[in-house]
Amino acid sequence: MNKIPGYRRYISGTQPPHLHPSYVSSIKRAPQQPLVRLPHTLSEITGPVFGPEIADVKACDLTRQHSGEPLGERIIVSGRVLDENSRPVPHTLVEIWQANAAGRYLHGNDQHNAPLDPNFTGCGHAMTDSEGRYRFVTIRPGEYPWGNHHNAWRPAHIHFSLFGPAFATRLVTQMYFQGDPLIPFDPIFNCTDDENARNRLISQFDWKTTIPSQALGYRFDIVLSGRESTPMETQAHGEKL
Amino acid sequence: MSLPATAWQTVGPFFSIGFSWLCRENLAGPGVSGERVEISGCILDGDGSPVPDGIVEIWQANAQGKYAHPDDPQEKKADEAFTGYGRVPTDGSGRFRFTTIKPGRVPGPDGTLQAPHLEISIFTRGLLRRLITRIYFPDEPGNAEDFALNLVEAGRLGTLIAKKMDGRPGALEWNVILQGPGETVFFDV
Repeated sequence: MNKIPGYRRYISGTQPPHLHPSYVSSIKRAPQQPLVRLPHTLSEITGPVFGPEIADVKACDLTRQHSGEPLGERIIVSGRVLDENSRPVPHTLVEIWQANAAGRYLHGNDQHNAPLDPNFTGCGHAMTDSEGRYRFVTIRPGEYPWGNHHNAWRPAHIHFSLFGPAFATRLVTQMYFQGDPLIPFDPIFNCTDDENARNRLISQFDWKTTIPSQALGYRFDIVLSGRESTPMETQAHGEKL
Repeated sequence: MSLPATAWQTVGPFFSIGFSWLCRENLAGPGVSGERVEISGCILDGDGSPVPDGIVEIWQANAQGKYAHPDDPQEKKADEAFTGYGRVPTDGSGRFRFTTIKPGRVPGPDGTLQAPHLEISIFTRGLLRRLITRIYFPDEPGNAEDFALNLVEAGRLGTLIAKKMDGRPGALEWNVILQGPGETVFFDV
């Protein structure tokens, strides 16, 4: 069998370490032994494939999952999923979850003294289209306090989970909102050394996707690991282009 | 043009609301061919305390050693009923359980064959990125020549190999120790 091109390794500093003591939960859960670097094989360059049948089309609108409308500011969150080689990642599953407008999750362990919203569950999913685009309708999540340290507050954020084309391309991240005053103080946002990498987690307000009289648009593009370039790979790309 | 990959962020404490819709304990429905195995275990933190808010994801080949993925070039038989993907949560005691089939051998580097294995991702609050590991099978002759197992120091190999459970054919135990003595081997993928 031909040599299989693997996926690129992350650039140093652009990803969080496993241990980040100012995020207290990492102290007892981060491994202490060095990770064993694994060359990519067929096991890592393949990964789960989800067909369009898995995604409920209604799951991309978090404001229409109940009989009434959720409280809060309606927003459109959209963007493109690309790889490091600037190619779109089509037909891949994107999952999101978030707090409601009051900063409370519909989860039994969330003890924040803020109301639940009977019209908001706070989770959804969608498949990217043939050009890697996704779009969710939701409400802007509230900020909320947490127990990490005295007077700790999470900035408003939406969690994203993506698969991409391979086991090696899996990504879970969080999207933040431009101008949120809590961002500079958040140990989770700050866990990555590289400032540019951190700032790419902040979505941008977007007139183009804003719907008049209805919802503000925020754009959040996501970049997954891309294939290493090899002679075999270059040829394959040439054919596509 | 090259774009930098988006940074990971922790799944946080409440991610089960976003992950549960895809959870299923049985990866191998009635139409799937292969030897059934039930794998169970628990996730423990650096204090030896169970992790009740974890999720385990599984990716594996079918019984012939073929991945249900377009980039698998092998001329082996696909199994339409088997996607090879699973996602299971831990319970209040940090325990998880799933049923699947033992995968066949898949190619490794330099013309070798890998021993049967499952690719595993661990997600919990407190992990800034997923942890990646593998589950191998006990009494498997291919383990000795498996390239990934050969990257691991002998004293830690046991963390990657599931154990038979007495009196329960087909049942395997495999635990995840996130940190400290007996720490599971995690891979940089």
